[in-house]
Amino acid sequence: MNIFMKLFKKRETLLAFFIAVSVVVIASFSDNFLSYDNITNILKSFTVTGIFSIGVLLVIISGGMDVSFTAIAQVTQYIVVYVLLNFLTGNIYIAFVLAIASGIVMGLLNGILIYHYKMPAIIITIATQNMFYGIMYVITRGKLLYEVPSFFWEFADAKIFAVINQNGAFTGLSVVTVLWFVMALIFAIILRYTILGRSVYLIGCSQTAAERVGVNIRNTILFIYGVAGAIAAVGSIVHVSIVQTVIPNSIVGQEMQVIAAVVLGGASISGGKGSVLGTVLGVLLFAILSNSLTLLRISSYWYNVFIGSIIIGSVTINALREIRQRKHIVRVNVAE
Amino acid sequence: MEDFITVENISKNFSGLKALRDISFSIKKGEALGLCGANGSGKSTLIKILAGVLSADSGKIKIEGAEMVSYGPLGGIMRGISVIYQDISLFPTLTVLENICVARAIGQGRILSILGSERARAEAILGDLGVSINIDSIVEELPIASQQLVAIARALNNDSKLIILDEPTTALTSKEVGLLFKIVNKLKNSGISVIFISHKIDEIVELCDRVLILRDGGLIAAKPIKDTNLEEIETLMVGQSLVYSKMDDVDREAPVVLEVNSLTKKNNFKDIGFSLRHGEVLGVIGLLGSGRTELALALFGINAADSGKIAVDGTECRVRTVNDAVSAGIAYVPEDRLTEGLVMNYPIRENIVLATLDKFKDKFTFLKRRSMSEAAQKWLRTLSIKTDSPDNIVSSLSGGNQQKVVLAKWLERNPKILILDSPTVGIDIAAKAGIFAILKTMIAENGMGIILISDEIKEITAYSHRAIIMRNGRVAKILPKDEINEERIRAILNEQKQTK
Repeated sequence: MNIFMKLFKKRETLLAFFIAVSVVVIASFSDNFLSYDNITNILKSFTVTGIFSIGVLLVIISGGMDVSFTAIAQVTQYIVVYVLLNFLTGNIYIAFVLAIASGIVMGLLNGILIYHYKMPAIIITIATQNMFYGIMYVITRGKLLYEVPSFFWEFADAKIFAVINQNGAFTGLSVVTVLWFVMALIFAIILRYTILGRSVYLIGCSQTAAERVGVNIRNTILFIYGVAGAIAAVGSIVHVSIVQTVIPNSIVGQEMQVIAAVVLGGASISGGKGSVLGTVLGVLLFAILSNSLTLLRISSYWYNVFIGSIIIGSVTINALREIRQRKHIVRVNVAE
Repeated sequence: MEDFITVENISKNFSGLKALRDISFSIKKGEALGLCGANGSGKSTLIKILAGVLSADSGKIKIEGAEMVSYGPLGGIMRGISVIYQDISLFPTLTVLENICVARAIGQGRILSILGSERARAEAILGDLGVSINIDSIVEELPIASQQLVAIARALNNDSKLIILDEPTTALTSKEVGLLFKIVNKLKNSGISVIFISHKIDEIVELCDRVLILRDGGLIAAKPIKDTNLEEIETLMVGQSLVYSKMDDVDREAPVVLEVNSLTKKNNFKDIGFSLRHGEVLGVIGLLGSGRTELALALFGINAADSGKIAVDGTECRVRTVNDAVSAGIAYVPEDRLTEGLVMNYPIRENIVLATLDKFKDKFTFLKRRSMSEAAQKWLRTLSIKTDSPDNIVSSLSGGNQQKVVLAKWLERNPKILILDSPTVGIDIAAKAGIFAILKTMIAENGMGIILISDEIKEITAYSHRAIIMRNGRVAKILPKDEINEERIRAILNEQKQTK
């Protein structure tokens, strides 16, 4: 097989191709689409999804599933903002440190339950999602926190490569988007070049086989879910920085969109497969499609239809490929 | 030669059951040791203890003179013990290179995984093995034989001094087995010890220097191969000689129940044609990769043929799905009853009526529990399935009794044609004889035709009225009853080995 065919078979190439096509098509309908303003805006509005997707990717590669990350984010967001409003005068760094601590605690709880009870991760995380979210609602009675410390919006407002647009306002690449890309880079390196990162793939391929080559299953699972919790927590701080209000039900419910982006990015639900680059591209494709609906003034409910079709579509692609491969397996060298 | 590993008085219990009793033996450097034993004799427990996956309840293990208590899987690898498990235990979505290198990197406690620096070493190992596998290919895209070689390369990369091969030849063609044997001999010559586990005793006789025989968790015998032979090993394994009772003669005038004509499926089999009479047992034998299982799957609609004709009782029928096959009166008892034949966590009763649920519907289409129980009870009696109630779940039964439940499921349907794929794999001698006695009565009662696929030549010679020998996806020969004997079949099968 030549290099071109190999590249073509890769999900990343396919996604890049789709993104390019969508950009060309949408740009021909809407002049505004390719403006610096619009592009940076799209990136910023999908940064939270992008950050969440890294954690979900980690879990999915390991053959697990996490639907509780939105609840972890929601709870973390509430705790951090509440603490910073009432007990501490802090800054954005303290907010992140607090959030990561809270995310790790909840993530580790997931990991401990999944490892020790050997139950399907999806069941455990559905349970913990309800638990985390429920406890928060019971304690806060669903009260919104309308005002958040000013350093949050200062953080979300910071830009690099800023220019002045035709309306006289600053426009540029948001720092939160930079944070997303830096995190993506870090996790790409961890997943590719560290034994710990590779162990995530090993466990995803086969937990028995991983155990047999000496992978410490327990520590790896705790690492995966702990880090997934931390990433969700980071996402929640970015979220509150952009939204500038803590609304207790604003994150829960987004699980499917994030999981869809990760699956679209080539991660296999059955584990052992997936890449950060693919996931980033998956999120970008989502972002472009969603933005184009807005630009083309199509009802945003169609977006949900899109999410559903993308999950079905990418599962179908995987399934078709497997069926085709199975058909071509030479079971017997038939004598002619 | 000095010993690499010495095992002294190892015992292991699982919830009260004795899996291993007082096992002692040693392996010299560069020695190939065969390990034989029926299913449940303790082979896999012993391997797992050597590998460090399990630890023994009592006894000692000395590796190169150093005494160990328990060392864990990583400790096993670090001390030079690698196991190539039956399921191969590679990482299918990763590359060959990474599969070879990863265990050593973990063993050395490294933090970074830089595959580039390992490349030369891995390539050298594959080169030494004399195999050409693209080191960058994804493992799941390789054939099983190559995957096995990758697993061996991984063991060598770990600087293994003892490589344990657990049933390595089950999925290999005879040519590939030959290559594997060459490699094992190479390993021996470089001072690496090998434990070779196989249910094909002729392979052990061919390859090993010494053989250990386990039965019911105890070490029955340890003999140099030159002082023993295939028959003796077989007898020691089961503790009694094999007795095969003959089938009744078939009525040569009996009508044909199944007629197959030029059945073909690309990459599976080609131009298969044969007929089966009522009351006849048609043996099908062939090496792995001869297309025999594929043919059975096609007749049952799991893996439908591309072209050709299948006629049941003279009427041609399309067999595209399992439903087609079942309604035509074909039943199939698969080789792998655990994954294909039974719902393991379901009660025996539910498993028995599973293929005939329509029979147990009342007028509101609810299932009639009582008649289901009655049917199950009837089969428990007829097939003498050992259990106290049809409510017990199937996984609580022994292998032989599980196999009887699969049989009951299909016999309850009263099929015209029963396809049995290796019906006696993994069950003990007594159960084996029992199953064939039952089939004999069933044939006499309802005159069904049986297609018996088996690896065991003796089974074929004892029970078949005619035998098809398959080779490279084609019917090589159909032997009439008076020509079915071990020597003749072995000769034809060996012919295939050479032509390959």
